[in-house]
Amino acid sequence: MTAEIHSNGYLAGSTLERVLRAGHFAVTGELGPPQSSDGQVIREKAALLRGYCDAVNITDNQTAIVRMSSIGAGTIVVQEGLEPVIQMTCRDRNRLAIQSDLMGAYAIGMRNLLCLTGDHQRFGNHPGAKNVFDIDSLQMVRMVSEMRDDCIFQCGDKFKGPEPRFFIGAAAAPFADPIDFRPYRLAKKVAAGANFIQTQLVYDIPAFKEYMAKVRDLGLHEKTFILAGVGPLKSPGMARYMKNNVPGILVPDEIIDRMTAAGGAWAGKSKDELTPEDKRARANAWKEAGIQICIDLVQEMREIEGVSGVHIMAIEWEEAVKPIVEGADLFPRPQIKQVEVTS
Amino acid sequence: MIIAEQKKLNEIKGLIGDAENVLVVGCGTCVTVCFAGGAKEAAIVASSLRMSSKLEGNPKAVRDVTVQRQCEWEYLDQIEDQVKEADLILSLGCGIGVQAIAEHFPESWVVPGLNTSFLGIPEEQGVWTERCAACGNCILDLTGGICPIARCSKSLLNGPCGGSEQGHCEINPDVPCAWQLIYDRLNGMGKLHVLLEVQPPKDWSTSRDGGPRKIVRPDLRLLEEEG
Repeated sequence: MTAEIHSNGYLAGSTLERVLRAGHFAVTGELGPPQSSDGQVIREKAALLRGYCDAVNITDNQTAIVRMSSIGAGTIVVQEGLEPVIQMTCRDRNRLAIQSDLMGAYAIGMRNLLCLTGDHQRFGNHPGAKNVFDIDSLQMVRMVSEMRDDCIFQCGDKFKGPEPRFFIGAAAAPFADPIDFRPYRLAKKVAAGANFIQTQLVYDIPAFKEYMAKVRDLGLHEKTFILAGVGPLKSPGMARYMKNNVPGILVPDEIIDRMTAAGGAWAGKSKDELTPEDKRARANAWKEAGIQICIDLVQEMREIEGVSGVHIMAIEWEEAVKPIVEGADLFPRPQIKQVEVTS
Repeated sequence: MIIAEQKKLNEIKGLIGDAENVLVVGCGTCVTVCFAGGAKEAAIVASSLRMSSKLEGNPKAVRDVTVQRQCEWEYLDQIEDQVKEADLILSLGCGIGVQAIAEHFPESWVVPGLNTSFLGIPEEQGVWTERCAACGNCILDLTGGICPIARCSKSLLNGPCGGSEQGHCEINPDVPCAWQLIYDRLNGMGKLHVLLEVQPPKDWSTSRDGGPRKIVRPDLRLLEEEG
């Protein structure tokens, strides 16, 4: 790894870091906080994910819709015995707020961080908000690396006491435009100090293999741990929507066809012709196919050189993580003893 | 140049309120070029206000005058008499013009007839787009002459983000992705290596974030007293 390893052998000593360094194929999940102050929702979602993921990403006002904070929800996740990956965007906080929140998060016990640019507020429920973008995600990666490795704030001042020691992640969008630049952008994130990478959702394995070949040519897989983003589809409509409307997501026709075929028994019938039982049965058939496709994707990811794990994004469908992890033969997760990292 | 657009007539009428004697002041520089507040627009607005007030049964005296630049005292001096005769000034200058009038004529009430939009360029007839954010520390040498501060929706210095698709920004298919433009230009000129450097956080203190800005050039100042 590029950054200096701490004396005990770990940068942060998180379970995620230890699983990856031990050479296990890592599994991370995702937990979206509620649009309320309901901590019980977090506990229920945590119960669905516990034991099936090495760590779970706690989203930060994802899609610019206001939700309980990542660190607030992450605190409950820690209490529930699950390891969070705190997501932090550049949209809502300047460099003062980011550093201060991360010191607090570390003091509470959080050890993994994913640095993100953040979706533009135009997509969310406060489109009239002022955005921040004081620093970008790469600059955040470097800032947090320097906090950990050089014990300095972004301004250069030294810490007055223990520094926050995070296992630092960044995102990659392998198929966003300009596509030829994407491996180089990943290289920049690694150069800035990204210890692990979680990719945007991948459904197109051949395209991802091409991307990974370029990543390997740059030697990046030896400098960072790459977790491929996967996620179960709920319906053929969702697959088509992602293909047509979400930048940087490729969904091959073959996968859309598999989803469509799963609902074949109800094909050609209009909404009015289907009873509620029919609709439920069709939804279940689709979900089953979506989970199986996801299992197949995970299996293929395990065979790609340089892929160190998967990041399963089953947003508002946390129940799907268990069958995916079990189906892909990734259960039980390796049991790693927690270590204390001292400065 | 400064690009602005006119407020809707109904809003302008609301801003004028009960004033009986209104002076519409156009500006002969940027807002003339972008067809928002030049002599022609000032005459049209004045005439529209006269007609609508007449139709509403309370005809107002609305005159118009256009100065070369509303943002310079010497041009404002030329309309002092007209300004003092009016109960209200409707400025069709940019935000700088409105403030210059307020500052130069402290006894007069001035309201804005335009929304000042951005620093930009007439891309084609009838289309204006933003080019500069006046951040006070130009980095166009790093980005092939395309400004990511003004033209990337997230002002990224190490773009592009994951929301770049087929050359446009995720926020709107009509908005070009600045980082795609930067990439294409540097790639075309064989200068992609420039983009491989990680750009450090920007010092925003030279932008609006550092507070209202001021430039003093001692070499140009006129001293009132010698020695």
